[in-house]
Amino acid sequence: MNDDVRLYESGAPRQLTTVGAPVTRIDGLEKVAGSARYVDDLDFGPDLLYAEIVESPHPHALIRSIDTAAAEAVPGVVKVVTGRDFPYTFGLYMKDRYVFAQDRVRFVGEQVAAVIARDPKVARRAARLVEVTYEALPAVFDPLEALDGGAVRLHPDLGEYPHVPWFFPEAGSNVAHHRKTRKGDVEAGFAAADFVLEDAYHVPRYAHCAIEPHVVVGLFDRAGRLTMWSASQSPYTQRHLFAEALAPMGLSDFDVRVVTPYVGGGFGGKAGVSMEILGAALATAVRGHPVKVRWTREQEFYNTYQRQGLVADIKLGVTGDGRITALEHALYWDAGAYVEYGANVVNAAGLSATGPYRISNVKIDSLCVYTNLPPGGPYRGFGYSEFHFGLESHITRAAHAIGMDPVEFRRRNAIAEGDTLAYGAPMNPSGLQEAIDRAAAAIDWGREEAPLAPGHAVGKGFALFWKAPAMPPNASSAAFLKFNEDGSLNISVSGMEIGQGYLTVMAQIASEVLSVPTSKIRVETPDTDRNPYEWQTVASHVTWSCGNAVHAAAVEAREKILEVVHRVHGFEEDSLYLEDEAVRCMTDPDFALPLRDFVINGIEAPDGTFKGGPIIGSGNFMPEFTSAYSDPETSQGGHPNVHYTVGAAGVVLEIDRETGQVKVRKAALAVDVGKAINPSLIEGQITGGIVQGLATVLYEDMRFDEHGRLLNPNFTDYKIPTARDIPDEMIPIIVEVAQPDGPYGARGVGEHTMIPAAPMVANAVEDALGVRITSMPITAEKVAMALPDPVGASSAM
Amino acid sequence: MKHEIVLDVNGETWPLAVESSDVLLDVLRMRTGVKSPKVGCERGDCGACTVLLDGRSVRSCLVLAVEVDRQAITTVEGLGEQLTPVQQAFIDTNAFQCGFCAPGIVMAAAELLATNADPTRADIQEALGGNLCRCTGYEPVIDAVLAAARKDSA
Repeated sequence: MNDDVRLYESGAPRQLTTVGAPVTRIDGLEKVAGSARYVDDLDFGPDLLYAEIVESPHPHALIRSIDTAAAEAVPGVVKVVTGRDFPYTFGLYMKDRYVFAQDRVRFVGEQVAAVIARDPKVARRAARLVEVTYEALPAVFDPLEALDGGAVRLHPDLGEYPHVPWFFPEAGSNVAHHRKTRKGDVEAGFAAADFVLEDAYHVPRYAHCAIEPHVVVGLFDRAGRLTMWSASQSPYTQRHLFAEALAPMGLSDFDVRVVTPYVGGGFGGKAGVSMEILGAALATAVRGHPVKVRWTREQEFYNTYQRQGLVADIKLGVTGDGRITALEHALYWDAGAYVEYGANVVNAAGLSATGPYRISNVKIDSLCVYTNLPPGGPYRGFGYSEFHFGLESHITRAAHAIGMDPVEFRRRNAIAEGDTLAYGAPMNPSGLQEAIDRAAAAIDWGREEAPLAPGHAVGKGFALFWKAPAMPPNASSAAFLKFNEDGSLNISVSGMEIGQGYLTVMAQIASEVLSVPTSKIRVETPDTDRNPYEWQTVASHVTWSCGNAVHAAAVEAREKILEVVHRVHGFEEDSLYLEDEAVRCMTDPDFALPLRDFVINGIEAPDGTFKGGPIIGSGNFMPEFTSAYSDPETSQGGHPNVHYTVGAAGVVLEIDRETGQVKVRKAALAVDVGKAINPSLIEGQITGGIVQGLATVLYEDMRFDEHGRLLNPNFTDYKIPTARDIPDEMIPIIVEVAQPDGPYGARGVGEHTMIPAAPMVANAVEDALGVRITSMPITAEKVAMALPDPVGASSAM
Repeated sequence: MKHEIVLDVNGETWPLAVESSDVLLDVLRMRTGVKSPKVGCERGDCGACTVLLDGRSVRSCLVLAVEVDRQAITTVEGLGEQLTPVQQAFIDTNAFQCGFCAPGIVMAAAELLATNADPTRADIQEALGGNLCRCTGYEPVIDAVLAAARKDSA
């Protein structure tokens, strides 16, 4: 489609070379050779200390006393600390979280104290000797119950917490934020409808399950500098939040350094700051010694961010000829005990819960509700997976109700470029219609298929999806780039390689501008003292945002190169270009000056002097058109989202009518990435996202007992897919309708690929069995129980 | 109680004194500096710590160091100076993403291809069934093993 660079480069169009090619990952060799180093692989010498955390056994209680004497007496214990030592709050968007619990605990597993010892086994034994006396309080686990005026309040100080200006906490209640979006007149819209469908949908909590558990090592050295080695998606955000939280101790950003080697999976779970605050605080308690906090798999499940639970009430009006007239969407989020990050998930959903549809009359209420469960937070999809389950189920049901094909119904109502979004801003360019057509074709939509075995039923399901990055309006990226004597390049950026292939894509963008192959470009993981700023690697925005910064840095370097060649050789700058690691000239085909000959040592002039010098480039990017300010009663007036990435997906299921066992025969997913800078990496995002999404609907969910204790905090009881649990066939489809402000037209894709999985499965189950399931997950047990006559019914299908 | 053992790690001899409760994974990572086996779950669920013990894959988090005195332990670091065909196939196809599960999967694949030169797709899914990966959806990993096997037997 946009195979030349007209979209992005000034000057004469030419064919792209590296951008658009399925380039091999620049981190591939390190990873398969076992050389890639993750935080837990780093060595810190014999004075490394280990911390064990004392955790609350109660979902909600007041702390009456803490006795650390017995733990302190254990040989090998260096220090025991409690909330008294760190009476500080922290948080990304709202400062509602405590380094250690202060006067009360709010979920089972919350950190109350820590034991630091020379040996992890000693720390573990001693932690059991810390005696904490609690006075139990009533607890609330259901967001609807927590909304009740008589429910116990988790945060009496809610009205006092600092927060970003786009949050609207309701002091005196458990509502930490209420996002209201209003457009048109919903009552008139429903009055104009021929059919109105109302129902509620339930989505449980989920765990990220990165295979690398959270781990952090902190060193507060005797010179007063705090260095953190952290398994994080967010080195700069962590640095700033550490500095903010520890400001009472005299620390500032200048004093804090965050080093982030490779990360063994993020999925949102390693964004912001969660358990890492413990490493920062504890390091200050044992000055001069590095101290490691490594979560066990169990802690990974119950004391990091979890994907929030959701109860969604949807009311949708449609005309007989298939036009959506109005949508009311009320979203009640089980946000957990602390919402410093999760409230922005609620906010994002509240702005976008129309899904990718053109709807004139909209009323959305998205409520962030405190509950006595672990803190909710970012998880790949950032609220969109959750609300798409109900919305895309509802869309198919509405189509059926008016006798229209669900794919055709979606085509007619799909949002297009220039349409007005629910909050008033215009929709960006979108290849949604192409995505619908190609995903439908890939699963032979409309064609009946025979089951592979007797007693089985086959069903097809379809769903659209969209998502925008949820970012502060000033979230930005920066890049440095330098040449080496052999003409190779180093790029310094602070986005994180969490598996998506970010380092490779940054190398491809620089390669395209500077004609240096990616095999000669190193892009290392960041260190905040050396690499320039990046907000966070979240929101599927680093290809777009940091890609723009790297492009700007490469262009700056190219301008310096062309300027010095012009100065010494006399060619006009606009006649010069880079190709195959050399400067060439359109007016002199014989001229070719290899980069390696001058990018460090300059070009020798006829008089024996040298011109130029080491070539470096720098660039940054900030989306200067966004604003988070809008009318709090309607959300009209702002421009909170930079753009939406859209797509469509379909699935073919084979279901055993007796056992309810679901087999995915085929899954196809089409996504409009703007420009596929690396199609191989995008296919990786699609297959990975399909399987992670299918897991949320077919296998996984977090189960809590009546005391708020997680019952399945391990991979034995919380089953994530293995190599045997994947679809028989997966079809990735790349659509490219350029994003005008993206590098080479690219926009984000990482999170989106898991969003449509749950509703498309629910829709396919109904297609196969005539049964509509409105709660996730859709396990074999639930399917079998929902069937009216599980035995002997196969002949009827 | 300390035990004097001799570990054979990737052909190198390591005389070590270990506690009865020391697991092989921790001894490899903290005493011999072999960092490719990863700590993922410490209960045998995830396979990130997979190593070969006399050629057979084991979860090194479930093996006590005292049990493997004088047995041959192989990790990714011990597969040789040259990449194996399956390692090369993983690189060529961009099979891995975050890479944390990669050393374990490389070892599981090495065991499979050593015992079955011409595996089917189902054989590969079975052989890798104990190695969890959250990034890739497994498809590209399976494809790479299949490609390496075909190239090997061709």
